[in-house]
Amino acid sequence: MPRLMRSLSTIARFTAVEALHTRFGWLLGAVILIGFSFVQFVAQLAITETREIQAALLASSLRLTSVFLVALFVINGITREFNDKVVDLMFSMPIPRAGYYVGKLAGFFLLCLLCIVPVGMLMSLFASPDAALQWTVSLYLELLIVCAASLLFAFAFGQVTPAFSALVGFYLISRSIAAIQLMAHGPLADHGSISQVLMTHVIDGIAYLLPDLDLFTRTDWVVYPSAHWADLLPIAGQTLIYVLLLTGVALFDLYRRDL
Amino acid sequence: MLTHHTLRRIEAVPGAVIWLLAGALILQVCWHGLQADPAARAGDLPAAPSTDVLRIASFGDPVALSRVLMLWLQVFDNQPGISIPFLELDYYRVIDWLNQILALDPHSQYPLLAASRLYGAVPSQRKQAQMFDFVYEKFLEDPNLRWRWLAHAAIMAKHRLEDLPRALKYAEAITDKATGKQVPGWARQMQIFVLEEAGELDAARILIGGLLASGQITDPHELRFLREELERMENNDLPDNTEGEI
Repeated sequence: MPRLMRSLSTIARFTAVEALHTRFGWLLGAVILIGFSFVQFVAQLAITETREIQAALLASSLRLTSVFLVALFVINGITREFNDKVVDLMFSMPIPRAGYYVGKLAGFFLLCLLCIVPVGMLMSLFASPDAALQWTVSLYLELLIVCAASLLFAFAFGQVTPAFSALVGFYLISRSIAAIQLMAHGPLADHGSISQVLMTHVIDGIAYLLPDLDLFTRTDWVVYPSAHWADLLPIAGQTLIYVLLLTGVALFDLYRRDL
Repeated sequence: MLTHHTLRRIEAVPGAVIWLLAGALILQVCWHGLQADPAARAGDLPAAPSTDVLRIASFGDPVALSRVLMLWLQVFDNQPGISIPFLELDYYRVIDWLNQILALDPHSQYPLLAASRLYGAVPSQRKQAQMFDFVYEKFLEDPNLRWRWLAHAAIMAKHRLEDLPRALKYAEAITDKATGKQVPGWARQMQIFVLEEAGELDAARILIGGLLASGQITDPHELRFLREELERMENNDLPDNTEGEI
């Protein structure tokens, strides 16, 4: 067991170190600098509520860029390992497939942690310390789900384009599924037609399988003083359950694969 | 999954992984089931940002942003799961948004159509008048392009609001400002009928006379119609005298 743990920590460490070699940090730095410059520029245009406008634009843009940067890094890294036969080499060693997967996942989680520190620090310049911290913790939890989903899609598709497309679809639908559900049940829908009823059930079914990402990392936390620490509890619960689910699906796929 | 690799038998998957997958799936479904159903909340129409901010947000494509914003504003009454009557919208904010949308794409007719026909059709005379005044204000910026919406506003002011001075103001503006060839005669002549309705027969006569004398009207049918209208007004003025004679 200690040997397995050593292998896992080595895989995790090298996964995080890889980020430095691929200039992920520089890219993140550039994104932060551009975000900061952009909101400074926007502040010149705003007549009122300058800080709120800066915080809202920064929170929204940092959330999206962090998610897509992390997703691209994970998918690209795994796809390269497949193409370079690194995965085959790993599986030829006395490490279980689950060990390799968990090691990679832990490495990417570490990367997310490194990613949100500068992002959270920037956010704290435009929001109260409490609000910035809540927003940053929630972003970290969101990134954990994105990481696990990216890893699953990268293993499943083995190519960057389909894996990233699937991730974008998953992310956007997860963020809008509550609104889609409301529309399906809303007054404009024809509840008498069979196709509409069927579609409503399909949408409800999909909602059961997706995380409620619209509750995560909400911009209003940093704009209005309305967030409570207790709001993070259901988010943490959802993250734990969904990461477990994605891990289960990814391992199932990985164990069935004939490499 | 969709890969080109061949798959091993399910027995190759360790029992712990299958238990993890099944357990996590049940947990996720239970977790979702325990959450409260999404509730529909009517959001207030936010204040419109400045034109500069919108121009930046358009990433150099203000026409596309103008169209997207117009659609967004138009369906704001149908937010997910809830339907809000136009009447309940804050009309000062609606006008601000329409203004900004027009500023992004001044050639678009859509904001003025929405103002005159959608937002101007609510059962509130105050809000209708507010919208018609917005149309009037925007008409003055480009009369030959926007006359039709003011013509509609003039008709609505006359019949729906029963506000003849307002209708007259709009009709007069069309006659005076919308002088392009594309503006049809009926729009330019609208002022005549509003004046007649208001009992201002002398002014209506003078206007018809002026139109006939100006040479702006060249269509023989239109000329005949106006002459007949002038004669009808003259005759309508006579009844009191003719009755006396009879």
